Amino acid sequence: MTDTLHYEIVSPERLLKDAEAAMIVVPGADGDFAALPAHAPMMSTIRPGVVEIFETEGGTPERLFVKGGLAQISPAGLTILAEETLSLDDVDLDDLNKKIADTREDIEDAKDDVERAGFEKELAWMVALADIVAH
Amino acid sequence: MPSLKDLKIRINSVKSTQKITKAMKMVAASKLKRAQEAAEAARPYAERMEKVLTGLGASVAGQPGASPLLIGTGKDDVELVIVASSERGLCGGFNTNIVKAARIHLRELIAAGKTVKILCIGKKGFNVLRREFGDKIIDVKDMSGIKKLGFADAQTIAQEVLAMYERGEYDVATLFYAKFQSALVQLTTKQQLIPTPLPEAANENEAADELGGAAYDYEPDETAILDDLLPRNVAVQIYRGLLENAASEQGARMTAMDNATRNAGDMIDSLSITYNRTRQANITKELIEIISGAEAL
Repeated sequence: MTDTLHYEIVSPERLLKDAEAAMIVVPGADGDFAALPAHAPMMSTIRPGVVEIFETEGGTPERLFVKGGLAQISPAGLTILAEETLSLDDVDLDDLNKKIADTREDIEDAKDDVERAGFEKELAWMVALADIVAH
Repeated sequence: MPSLKDLKIRINSVKSTQKITKAMKMVAASKLKRAQEAAEAARPYAERMEKVLTGLGASVAGQPGASPLLIGTGKDDVELVIVASSERGLCGGFNTNIVKAARIHLRELIAAGKTVKILCIGKKGFNVLRREFGDKIIDVKDMSGIKKLGFADAQTIAQEVLAMYERGEYDVATLFYAKFQSALVQLTTKQQLIPTPLPEAANENEAADELGGAAYDYEPDETAILDDLLPRNVAVQIYRGLLENAASEQGARMTAMDNATRNAGDMIDSLSITYNRTRQANITKELIEIISGAEAL
């Protein structure tokens, strides 16, 4: 058994991270889970939330906001196919709140269900992000 | 016979054209490098996505309730043809080749009695296609304002394409673009986007191998993961197509401008020879006049 977990975070535009960590907390669709070395193989969709990368056990985690995606744990390690990632430091809460309000209006004005579903998806990640930043 | 002055003017104008084509070639070369890097950077995501889809798709495809993005609508009466071209010309046969391939496909479909809808990305392809298929073009995406193509741009297009699919406006979607091979070679490619074609795994074992040969736990479950993944795959495929297209465009432009520079060089050479000959002939003529004048005395 290895004592570090190999992980990769890939966005459509590029390979973001390819390194080793002691533990990674992933915001799975059915609840957060912590990926440790030699975790059983699994696959899970990710809800908008924060991925926490603990490089050393008990250290301060590196926090990365993920808009959604897929996490796959294979014997080779953890792969996160992220839709889009944001560094939490870059977020402007006022700006975000305005965008949330705008999107809420858009949902009201949506022409059909398909359009509404698109806006609702946008809203979901923005609300999740606002929640995390505010706390 | 053009006068010496006319020849000089022509030589100078060809020279300045050559300077322009040379500069354009160098600009295309540096843009090509960037476009290639972007295409390469996008590759890991697409590869991993493909692996997951192959593994998952094989196990879900047979089940009832599988996503229509995977199994289709059961018809192929209406086809959406997405044609990616460039925003700017002067890139050799790049746009012509894409449009030609698309046109052949479109004519086949129409001949088979199917309805076609065309979505143009980039206005160069639109300008040619509208002559023959003007009434079938539903939209043109203007990419000229985009400096660096990002995933968000592809996603906007993908969302529209998917929304139309969900509203039942078409059954099959195909994407035409030029795949980048080298600065000299670009392959016009036709790719089916919807329903998502699964890379064929020879058998169940191979499908399992794609996932590392382990039994997986799925959260929430396979179908839900696939439902989440398939729309994203469409965006990824469009993004990849557009990136390849961008690299191809710059490659084609570089080659075209290189040829133009060389042609201009040839032209300058031959014009210079004509210029020198004319000059010599003029001198000879003047000499003959002086000599024959002297003889006459």
